[in-house]
Amino acid sequence: MYAFTYHKPTSARQAATLLAKKEDAKLLAGGHTLLPTMKQRLASPAAIVDLGACADLKGITLKGRNIVIGAMTTHAEVAASAEVQAAIPALAYLASHIGDPHVRHRGTIGGSVANNDPAADYPAALLALGATVITNKRKLTAEEFFTGLYETALEEGEIITKVSFPLVSKAGYAKFRNPASRYAMVGVFVAKRGSDVRVAVTGAGEGGVFRWPEAETALKVRFSPKSLDGFKHGSKGINGDIHADPEYRAHLIGVMTRQAVAQATGK
Amino acid sequence: MSATGIGAAVRRKEDHRFITGQGRYTDDVNRPGQAQAYFLRSPHAHAKIKSIDTKAAAAMPGVLGIFTGADLAADKIGGLICGWMIHNKDGSPMRAGAHPALAQGRVRYVGDHVAVVVAETLAQAKDAAEAIVVDYQELSAVVETAKAAGAKTVIHDEAPDNTVFNWHLGDKDATDKAFKAAKHVTKLDLVNNRLVPNAMEPRAAVGDYDAGEGIFTLYTTSQNPHVARLVLSAFIGIAPENKLRVIAPDVGGGFGSKIFIYAEETVCVWAAKKVGRPVKWTADRTEAFLSDAHGRDHVTHAELATDADGKILALKVHTTANLGAYLSTFSSSVPTYLYAPLLSGQYDIPAIYCEVDAVYTNTAPVDAYRGAGRPEATFVVERLIEVTARQLGKDPAKFRLQNYIRKFPHQTPVIMAYDTGNYAASLKKALEIIDYKGIGKRKRDSARAGKLRGIGFSSYIEACGIAPSAAVGSLGAGVGLWESAEVRVNPIGTVEVLTGSHSHGQGHETTFAQLVSDRLGIPIDNVSIIHGDTDKVQMGMGTYGSRSGAVGMSAIYKAIDKVIAKGKKVAAYVLEADEADIDFADGNFTVKGTDRKLDFGSCALQAYVAHKFNGQELEPGLKEGAFYDPTNFTFPAGVHICELEIDPQTGVTKIDRWAAVDDFGVVINPMIVEGQVHGGIAQGVGQALLEGARYNSDGQLVTASFMDYTMPRADDLPSFDVGMTVTPCPSNPLGIKGCGEAGAIASPPAVINAITDALGHEDIAMPATPQAVWRAAQKSISRLAAE
Ligand SMILES: Cc1cc2nc3c(=O)[nH]c(=O)nc-3n(C[C@H](O)[C@H](O)[C@H](O)COP(=O)(O)OP(=O)(O)OC[C@H]3O[C@@H](n4cnc5c(N)ncnc54)[C@H](O)[C@@H]3O)c2cc1C
Repeated sequence: MYAFTYHKPTSARQAATLLAKKEDAKLLAGGHTLLPTMKQRLASPAAIVDLGACADLKGITLKGRNIVIGAMTTHAEVAASAEVQAAIPALAYLASHIGDPHVRHRGTIGGSVANNDPAADYPAALLALGATVITNKRKLTAEEFFTGLYETALEEGEIITKVSFPLVSKAGYAKFRNPASRYAMVGVFVAKRGSDVRVAVTGAGEGGVFRWPEAETALKVRFSPKSLDGFKHGSKGINGDIHADPEYRAHLIGVMTRQAVAQATGK
Repeated sequence: MSATGIGAAVRRKEDHRFITGQGRYTDDVNRPGQAQAYFLRSPHAHAKIKSIDTKAAAAMPGVLGIFTGADLAADKIGGLICGWMIHNKDGSPMRAGAHPALAQGRVRYVGDHVAVVVAETLAQAKDAAEAIVVDYQELSAVVETAKAAGAKTVIHDEAPDNTVFNWHLGDKDATDKAFKAAKHVTKLDLVNNRLVPNAMEPRAAVGDYDAGEGIFTLYTTSQNPHVARLVLSAFIGIAPENKLRVIAPDVGGGFGSKIFIYAEETVCVWAAKKVGRPVKWTADRTEAFLSDAHGRDHVTHAELATDADGKILALKVHTTANLGAYLSTFSSSVPTYLYAPLLSGQYDIPAIYCEVDAVYTNTAPVDAYRGAGRPEATFVVERLIEVTARQLGKDPAKFRLQNYIRKFPHQTPVIMAYDTGNYAASLKKALEIIDYKGIGKRKRDSARAGKLRGIGFSSYIEACGIAPSAAVGSLGAGVGLWESAEVRVNPIGTVEVLTGSHSHGQGHETTFAQLVSDRLGIPIDNVSIIHGDTDKVQMGMGTYGSRSGAVGMSAIYKAIDKVIAKGKKVAAYVLEADEADIDFADGNFTVKGTDRKLDFGSCALQAYVAHKFNGQELEPGLKEGAFYDPTNFTFPAGVHICELEIDPQTGVTKIDRWAAVDDFGVVINPMIVEGQVHGGIAQGVGQALLEGARYNSDGQLVTASFMDYTMPRADDLPSFDVGMTVTPCPSNPLGIKGCGEAGAIASPPAVINAITDALGHEDIAMPATPQAVWRAAQKSISRLAAE
C-alpha cells in the first residue's frame, strides 16, 4: 500500500465535495475490492473518501412498486431484509450467496455495482430486474450503466446513492460458483413482469453481464424450465479460464437458466 | 486406562492458548529496534541478470541496507543445500546446480530471490525495492515436467539435459521376465498434480545479532529448528553452532513445507549483523504461493502384470519427477527413497522395477508435502489395482483381498521389510462401514435421479517413523534420523520434557504429556513439553514423516525408563530396602511384599535434597536423557472407501460417504488421531478434486492466490466415518506406527477410483474439477449409448 490521505464524510453531499476537491481521490465502500488492490500496490489513490459514515447511503425501503437499496447497504443486510425477502426473494437469495460471511458483512451493493466485476452477482439482478442506478447526478438504467468489463457509465466525481429494483411477478437466480473464488462462474437471473421476461447472465461474458434473448423469447411463450429443453447457448463471446473453458461455461448457462426458472416457478 | 493416560481422548492442552489468540508465532516476535526485510523477487521464470543498480534505492528514506548475491558471496555465505545424495543408475552422483540464497547472475523461477531491502518499515522497504533497477535478459522457460529433459534451454550448467538424476530401484530382469510370463498386463499413464502446501501461518523469520556476545538468534517457522541450525551453521556458514540459536515458537501448520531451510531465514539472520539491527520478514500469501516448496508433480507410466487367476506377478513404473528450479533440502529423497520402496503397497508382488528421472524446470522448488512420495506411490498402485480388477472383471475388494500380504514379516522386492499388519481386517471393517452390500441399490437410486454414483477403494501403506539412521545413511541421507529427549523432574515431582520433535499443530503438548502421565502416574497438568529452541533442547531431528510419535515419543519413553531406574535407587535408600525389591507402578515406588511406599513426588524431593543417601555413591537430582534410533520404519496401513455422486449436467462431484479404517498401531489420543485423519483426507480430496498449481508456458504461476487455487473447504467434504484396527508396531516400545499422513496418502486414489467407477471407467486426471468431470461424463454417456 502507498500512503494516502483519509477522509470520512457523513453525507453523500460532503463525500461529493471531497471527491471533487481532492486530487486523485477514490471512494471506499466495503473495501473488499479496493483494499486488496491497494495492498498489492495495483491501485494508489492519493486520497480515500470513506462512505462508511454516510447514513443517507444506507438502508432498504419499499417505495411504491420499487425496492430501493442504499449504496452502502451490505450484502448481508440485503440477504436478511424482510422487505427484500417478501418483495423479490431471488434478490435476497442472490445476496446470501455472495462470497462468504466476511464478504457479505463488508461488501456493499454500491461497491459491487460500481466495480462491475464480470463475475459479480448483482449485475445479473440489475439487468434482469430492469433496475435503475441512482447517482448524486442522474438516473441510469442497468443497460446504460454497465458498459463493459469493470466499466460503468459512472463519471468522475459521481457517486452511486441508491439502486432501485421494480417489483416483478416471478424471479429466480442460479449460480454456479467458481470453485476457488466462489464468485459466479456462471450466474443467471431470470425475471418475469407481466408478459416481459428477462434472462441476464453474469460470470460468462467476455464483455461482462449480458442478456440471452433466445431464452427470453422461449420463456415468454411459457415460463417454465421445459421451454428451454434443447436450448444451448453458443460459446462465442463466452470467456474461458483455468476453471472453465467457453464450451463448458456456455453449457452451464443453459443448466443455470433452467435452474433459475425452476426456482422462480417453485418447481 | 487412566483419564489422561495412553488411549484417552484428552482435550488438547495447547488449544486454550490458540483459541484465545495467545499463541506466539514467529510473526508475533518483535525485537527492540527491529527492521523489516522485503525481498525483490524475479518477475521472470528464467533470465540472466546483466546488472543490478541499487544506488537510487539505497538513498530512499528509511533504508538500512540493500544486499544481493554478491554481498553474500563476499561474506562467504554458502548456498542452500540438498541433504540427500542420490546416485544415478551408473553409480555417478546426481547433478545438482548451485542454490544461492540471493541470485548470482541468473534467476530460475518467478519468485526467485534477487535482492533484499532492509528498512525501518515494510512500506519503505517495498518503496526502495521498486527503485532497484535490474537489467534482465530473458531466457526461454522450461515448465513442463514431461518435456524438461532434453529441452533446448539448460537451467543449470551442471545438469546439461535438465536431468538431476536417472535413478532406479528393484530387479529389472526379474520384472521383465515376470511380464513375459503374464496373462494380463494393465497399463496406465498418470499425473500426480502439483500442489501448494498453504499452511495457515505463512513462513516468517526474525534474525537477531548480539554484538556483545557474538551470538545470532533466528526465530523461524520451522518444523525442525535443530536441523535448521545445523544447516545454517555447518553448510551455509552463518556462525558456529554454539554462536547460533534457532527458535521455532508456535508453528501454524507446515505439511512439510517448513522442514526446509530457505533463502529468507538465511538472509534475515545474516543481515541482522550487517545492519546491526534485528531483521524481520513475514511472507504474504502471494509469496507463499510463489516461494514455498511445492509438492508432488510426477508424470508416470506404470504397468501391472497378473497371471490367469488374477494373482499379481510384477509391477513396472517409470516416473518423471519435477524438482523445480533448485534442489530444496530433502527434494531428492522424495521421488526416490520415499516413493519407490512403497510401490509394493499392501500386496505380495514378487518383482518390482521402478525408474525415476528427476528434472529441473523453471518453477518453484518441489519437496516433501504431506506424505512425501508415499501418496504418489499409493496413487500409482491403487489406480493400477482398481483398473486391473475392472479389466479382469473382478470385484475390486475381492481382487485386493486375493493379493494382500498375509504373512509377516514380509520382505518386499523394494527395500522394505513390513513388520506387521492385518489388511483383510481393515478391508472387512471398511466394507461394513460403507455398507458395500447396498451399493447396487444406491447406484440405481442415483441413476433414477439422473446422477452417477461410484465407489472407490484405496488400500494404502506408508512408511513412517523415519528412520533407522544407518539405513538412511546407506541410502544417501546426510543426517541420522533418531530423536532425542530429556525428562527433567523438578524437586516436587513436576516434569519438563525437552524433545527434539517440534509440534506445528499436531498436539505434542498433549500426547507427549499423556505418555509421561501414564508412565509416571502423575497428573497431566504436572507435565510440560518444551520444544523448538536449540538453547533449551540439546538436539533433535524435527517433525515430519509421522515420526514424532514413533521416534520422538520412543526417546521420551527411554528417558522415562532411566528416570524410573534412578528413582528406584533413590527409593531404595529412603525405604531402606534393596534396589532389586523396589517396584514402580501407578506413581508409587513400593517395596515388594510390604506396604512401604514412596510416591513419585516425594522420591523427586529426596533425589534433590540428597539427605538419605551418600551423594558420592548416588548422584543427586532426577534428570535423564535418551536418544532413540529406530530399528525399522513403521508401516501404518488401512483401507479407505469413497462413495460419491456426480451430476452429469454440471460435472459437480459430491462425496456422499467415506469410510476410513486405519491401523496406526497403538493410539495415544484417539481424538487427535481422528483429527489427523480428517485433515489428511481433506488434503487428499483437495488434491483429487480441487487443487492444482498451474504455470503457463512462460513460467508464470497462474494459480498464485486463493482466487484461483482451490483450497478444500468444509462444505466440500462429507462427514467421515473413521474406524481403526490395531496391530501394535513391534519395533518401538510404544507400538506406535504414526497417523499424520495417512489420510492424504489414502484419499486421492479412493476419490479417482470412485469417479471412474461412476463414469463407467472413463479415466480422469487430478484435479477432477467440475469441468473435467462434465467432459468425461459426456464421453462416457455417449460411449455407453453407443454400446
Ligand atoms: C473473497 C471475496 C469473495 C467475493 N465473492 C463475491 C461473489 O461471490 N459475488 C460477488 O458479486 N462479489 C464477490 N466479492 C466482491 C464483494 O462482494 C464486494 O461487493 C465488492 O468487492 C465491492 O464492494 P465493496 O463495498 O467492498 O467496494 P469497495 O471495494 O470499497 O469499492 C469497489 C469500487 O467501487 C467504488 N465505489 C464504492 N462505492 C461506490 C459508490 N457508492 N459510488 C461509486 N463508486 C463506488 C470504489 O471507489 C471502488 O473503485 C467477493 C470479494 C471477496 C474479497
